[in-house]
Amino acid sequence: MAFSEKDVDYTAALARIHVSEDDKKVFAVQLEHILAYVNKLNELDTQQVEPTAHILPLKNVFRPDTAMKNPASDAAVQQAPYFNDTFYRVPPVIE
Amino acid sequence: MEFEPVIGLEVHVQLNTQSKLFCSCPTNFGAVPNTHVCPVCLGHPGVLPVLNKQAMENAIKCGLALNCSISLFSKFDRKNYFYPDLPKGYQVSQFDKPLCHKGHVTIVDTGVEKIIGVTRVHLEEDAGKLVHAAHGADSGVDFNRGGIPLLEIVSEPDIRTPDEAYLYLTALKAIVEYLGISDCNMEEGSLRCDANVSIRPKGQKQFGTKTEIKNMNSFRGVQKAISYEIERQKDVILSGEKIVQETRLWNDDKGSTFSMRSKEDAHDYRYFPEPDLVPMVVEQKYIDTLRENLPELPFPRMHRFIEQYGLPEYDADILTGDKAFADYYEQCASVCSEYKMISNWMLSDLIREAGARKISFADAPVTPKMLAEMISLISNGTISGKIAKIVFIEMFDSGKTPSKIIEEKGLVQISNPEELQKVISNVVAQHPAVVAEFKAGKEKSIGFLVGQIMKETKGKANPQLVNTLLREALG
Amino acid sequence: MNLFSKTAAELLELLKNRDISAREIVTSVFNRIESVDSKVNAFAQTDKESALKQADAIDKKRSAGEPLGMLAGIPVALKDNLCRTGYRTSCGSKILSSYKAVYNATVVQKLITADAVFIGNANMDEFAMGSSCERSIYGATHNPWNISCAPGGSSGGSAAAVAADETILALGSDTGGSIRQPASFCGIVGLKPTYGLVSRFGLIAYASSLDQIGPLTKDVYDSALLLENISGYDPSDSTSIKQNPFSYTSTLKESIKGLRIGIPQEYFIGGLDSEVASHIQSAIKLLAECGAEIIDISLPHTEYAVATYYIIATAEASSNLARFDGVRYGYRTEESSDLHDMYFKTRSEGFGDEVKRRILLGTYVLSSGYYDAYYKKAQQVRTLICRDFENAFQKVDCIITPTAPSPAFKISEKIDDPLTMYLSDIFTISVNLAGLPGISIPCGFSSSRLPIGMQIIGKPLGEQTILRCAYTFERNTPFRTMKPTLE
Repeated sequence: MAFSEKDVDYTAALARIHVSEDDKKVFAVQLEHILAYVNKLNELDTQQVEPTAHILPLKNVFRPDTAMKNPASDAAVQQAPYFNDTFYRVPPVIE
Repeated sequence: MEFEPVIGLEVHVQLNTQSKLFCSCPTNFGAVPNTHVCPVCLGHPGVLPVLNKQAMENAIKCGLALNCSISLFSKFDRKNYFYPDLPKGYQVSQFDKPLCHKGHVTIVDTGVEKIIGVTRVHLEEDAGKLVHAAHGADSGVDFNRGGIPLLEIVSEPDIRTPDEAYLYLTALKAIVEYLGISDCNMEEGSLRCDANVSIRPKGQKQFGTKTEIKNMNSFRGVQKAISYEIERQKDVILSGEKIVQETRLWNDDKGSTFSMRSKEDAHDYRYFPEPDLVPMVVEQKYIDTLRENLPELPFPRMHRFIEQYGLPEYDADILTGDKAFADYYEQCASVCSEYKMISNWMLSDLIREAGARKISFADAPVTPKMLAEMISLISNGTISGKIAKIVFIEMFDSGKTPSKIIEEKGLVQISNPEELQKVISNVVAQHPAVVAEFKAGKEKSIGFLVGQIMKETKGKANPQLVNTLLREALG
Repeated sequence: MNLFSKTAAELLELLKNRDISAREIVTSVFNRIESVDSKVNAFAQTDKESALKQADAIDKKRSAGEPLGMLAGIPVALKDNLCRTGYRTSCGSKILSSYKAVYNATVVQKLITADAVFIGNANMDEFAMGSSCERSIYGATHNPWNISCAPGGSSGGSAAAVAADETILALGSDTGGSIRQPASFCGIVGLKPTYGLVSRFGLIAYASSLDQIGPLTKDVYDSALLLENISGYDPSDSTSIKQNPFSYTSTLKESIKGLRIGIPQEYFIGGLDSEVASHIQSAIKLLAECGAEIIDISLPHTEYAVATYYIIATAEASSNLARFDGVRYGYRTEESSDLHDMYFKTRSEGFGDEVKRRILLGTYVLSSGYYDAYYKKAQQVRTLICRDFENAFQKVDCIITPTAPSPAFKISEKIDDPLTMYLSDIFTISVNLAGLPGISIPCGFSSSRLPIGMQIIGKPLGEQTILRCAYTFERNTPFRTMKPTLE
């Protein structure tokens, strides 16, 4: 599968990353190169193979339903770059 | 051309666990914004989720109550998208292995039962709340809600009318309330509903293009939005145009839906298994235990009410639609066997008087014991039905027991024939003209005379006895 | 001999006998940093004042006869992706350059309990994405053996700091070789534990299903010592193994007589540096002389490991790095017209090229229509790679391979060729995909005096075995005592 500049555009939009026109060309070539390499997996017939979901045979890890105010709560909120009136601030959402 | 609507509902129910789905933050509504938060639910770097066991258990209970199959193996997946209320840039949800699938809800539409399929019930985390400001100003985000456990209940496209949608939601809400796993408060957002609506020419098998309707904040709103959308789609098709697959927002004030016309790119959520959480693997024994411990649910309870109390389906349906209401009924019925009369009083007077005072019936001063006592007093002839209306309102206002009210106000029914005969002869003597009319065959005139007797006795006369004695007196 | 050049075990002995104080150790280490770090650039940040305070508190405890932790007074450097309350944890990235952690990683908490002394954060490739420690806002770290060479990556700062005696112990993280490859390039010991043995809580994630925290140390004993202090079940990490604490130091000296060592043929073909190959062969011979049984094995899917890794790791990374959006912490662009604009500018300005490249690749392999062809396929091949190891471990107790195909390469040599850079992890990646423990120890030097590393891979939770094998090798070779000349 070829990786085009259009693919860069599409994935960059999904990933919320702006790629300049120059970078786009470089990324397209590099990613194409990497994908060509990655395509070697198609040499293997994996139809009967279960995908690995977890490397560990772990299941049912729970915590009990007890509420507790986290001591780091205030410090965590203070990390906000823009905050006032008890709210995190973000530029207007245009819908 | 006649069209048939095809409707599917996606309901989100916030579970009322003490703590959030993946961290220990409290979940109670109404806290100061961004105080019920921690590094985990704020998606700080390096944090990891650990699943709240109660949330999983509640989800399975809900699935069982909705007649679903419970997955013995289930897992979480990441749904990736950017939005400021989504702290991690992905929502931990369930994609291809939901906890519960293939269930159904029975609704009763004007006496006819209909089964609405439930495609799946899965567990996911709620997002925070975005507060849009005036045009051009910054928006605010509150993450208190972020990470609260949410059940997504997806119906099959089995719903055909806005009324059925309303009934489905009511039935679903009743079930969830019976289970005690959610507050189901649409205004506080603990229950949310989106609707998928399409129409097709009657008889056509294939579905039409659907639109997704969001932003309804009451069950009536859902009903109205669907009605509007069906009409809108008819107009579009009849004018020769095509329905666009899109998300539309319901505007309750304007009573219409409008297109979101979002800049948002194509939804490509890039689901993949959540590597930070391990699978949920439950045993049949565990599911069976949960099933055995489920409370009696609204629909079976309705049928029991019909059987056990001989109630009409209409009464039984309304009574069992709300767990507390049905419990109230059964408390009355345990001490008073006038089953239909209890239902009548609850469905009319209790609801009306509570409504007039803007309180819930549960907060009414009239306890089930008081109502049962009053009904017993009617049935043993101590008071008349008419007097009972006075007694009932007095109970509501004062909280006194019916016998106390009757005693204080001297409301005991006059059933002594001699006492009544005196009043009857007086009335007959005072209204010779009316008496003559009656004797001439004007049957209706007797009503006037009864009224006069009631007036004389301040309503306390036993109506049956008055009727008998009066006819005797008029010979 | 200077205190800074000693191992943790040696220093603990001196401290126990009250020959030295924790303050003297910390002072010595900071003197070393001041004299050589201008050449090495191993640190993202150091905090001498805080380190001295911690040392004084421990000295006070000791003189008061209070109980002390197992690492009391020993300096340790954290990789810059491990959260420590109140300290900047930036993953070598602009996007987190202003982020101060608000909680302690579980390993940090355990080190506090052990009374270790935190001296600072070691440099790393941005978000642990790299094999050369060149991609950091703090600049490139240099290999102490030859400062024109890369120290390896991504835990290059941790490895270089240990090799240059700028710290006694260091923690790193390993997703595809990020502890073992720099340990190999810098001539020290680096251990990646079994997935789930060390809690990941507080490790800023690169690829969640592959990441593990592990020790970088001057010798095998210190590696075992640090491991026993950071491992163990953690209820905050759902992928943590319920495992009782184990004293890895207590079984190091046991003989390796009869130990069955597997040599996978797939690791000794084309592309392997001839000097590396010959040193590994000599090492194997030496272990045989020590009583180990050498068995040829096959790991047939080895050649697919790099491709598998780059799909899985980048997919997980694209999701893990979505939280860096300028809303709740970290960098946000100065000006933006609306939310959309804010996201794009923040992330484009905040991430470096390699991070962007991997996010794009990861986004692509998960995107609609490609999931089955890439992500699912990779997870299937991952199953095959795991099976290879399961089969091999039917016959052997551990596996020996080179850690890297070559000794350290030159700084910026591979920076413009991502695929070649990725291939430098070819021998370490399978271990992460299979969740196994692996250790790299020095096994010789190239003709240009660059260290060469040998990797010993164990069964799940086989740390004890690989540490014992590594210890035996180390005690029968002189490499442990060899130091770079930086003066």
